[in-house]
Amino acid sequence: MDAKELIARRVALELHDRTLVNLGIGLPTLVSRYVPHGITVAFQSENGIIGFGAPPPNGMEDPHLTDAGGGFISALPGAASFDSSTSFALIRGGHLDMTVLGGLQVDAAGHLANWMVPGKLVPGMGGAMDLVVGAKRVIVAMQHAAKGQPKIVATLTLPPTAIRPVSLIVTEMAVIEPTPEGLLLRERAPGVSVADIIAQTGADLLIIGEVPEMPVAIPNEDAA
Amino acid sequence: MRIAISAADAAALIPDGASVMIGGFMGVGSPDRIIDALVARRVRGLTVIGNDTAFPGVGIGKLIDAGCVAQAKLSHIGTNPVTQNKMIAGEIEIDLIPQGTLAERIRAGGNGLGGILTPTGVGTVVEKGKRIIEVEGRAFLLELPLRADFALIRSRESDYNCNLTYRLTAMNFNPLMAFAADCVIAEPDEIVPVGVIPPDAVRTPGILVHHLVERPR
Repeated sequence: MDAKELIARRVALELHDRTLVNLGIGLPTLVSRYVPHGITVAFQSENGIIGFGAPPPNGMEDPHLTDAGGGFISALPGAASFDSSTSFALIRGGHLDMTVLGGLQVDAAGHLANWMVPGKLVPGMGGAMDLVVGAKRVIVAMQHAAKGQPKIVATLTLPPTAIRPVSLIVTEMAVIEPTPEGLLLRERAPGVSVADIIAQTGADLLIIGEVPEMPVAIPNEDAA
Repeated sequence: MRIAISAADAAALIPDGASVMIGGFMGVGSPDRIIDALVARRVRGLTVIGNDTAFPGVGIGKLIDAGCVAQAKLSHIGTNPVTQNKMIAGEIEIDLIPQGTLAERIRAGGNGLGGILTPTGVGTVVEKGKRIIEVEGRAFLLELPLRADFALIRSRESDYNCNLTYRLTAMNFNPLMAFAADCVIAEPDEIVPVGVIPPDAVRTPGILVHHLVERPR
């Protein structure tokens, strides 16, 4: 299992039945493959749909039915489409139960930076700022380090996406929960020691007792 | 009943230097025929308001490729390296706006509101130069309305009275923009007789539309 799959399978265990969830572009999209059996989740895409499903068979794509990355999707029974104001009313208005976003950095206070690297990468924030401000739970799904540099840092060096702390950080090494007291190390990945995690983390971690091994969801053949 | 005009005639209404709202999300729901006609007539100096510039050669990206755009207000340019390069080179001035804020600023512009208060952007670079207003102990940014000279709308259907419907995720910013410009030009995929679209299914009342582009040939 590679790092991205491990992260997606752990994040999938945060899904709850009958909730509305928005998955960011990239790694977070993989989470939809691992929705646990017996759980029904409605996925929102911020370009204006709730209840989308896997891409249709070749040649059956509808050019007017796409996800936020512009990729073809299908619509499940009970899907609803709407304009951009309604889409962000769902996000900002507290109607979205959870969002899963990629991250460039998260700091000791749980602040996320995921939308620009000054002078290098200026893609724009898209819906990220609204999602971090508005979703009931914000989960960051990212690799623990990039090019040997920790992505979990004492203080952000990149521009923040919002000042609201995120709810949970899931990496291929650990599950970490930002708390008012600091970053709590909740789980470690199989085969990874607490010392490994501390060595790859640029912020202090709270460690209380034995740190359990990370459980992961199994692939769901029926999932989107 | 209105008279449908060609995409070229629609593009001819839009002068160099105009501000133009263009519907679409990654090119889905963008008025492609009007965009092609604007490129063909070599319009220059546009200020474009839209969600993104899609990819090179797609949607608003075509206007970027062809050098039609001087300024743009967008939420995302990450999928279009041409836009990023032109921004870095100083050829296009780009104002990046959170997507939900962009939608609400357009809605405010079209709805006669003096602005909106949003928590999005508080404590980030987005708050620079903006008023922060506290409401019941929570900080909000005052975001001002957006309007444009023109709105270019892609719809699924129009009837002869310009009542519009939209299809799935091609709706996105289109119905918001139809309120927020001095001149609204709709590009439907199909034009149907009055009565074919049930009143409940009309998303943009025809009274908002100034010009209708004829059906694709």
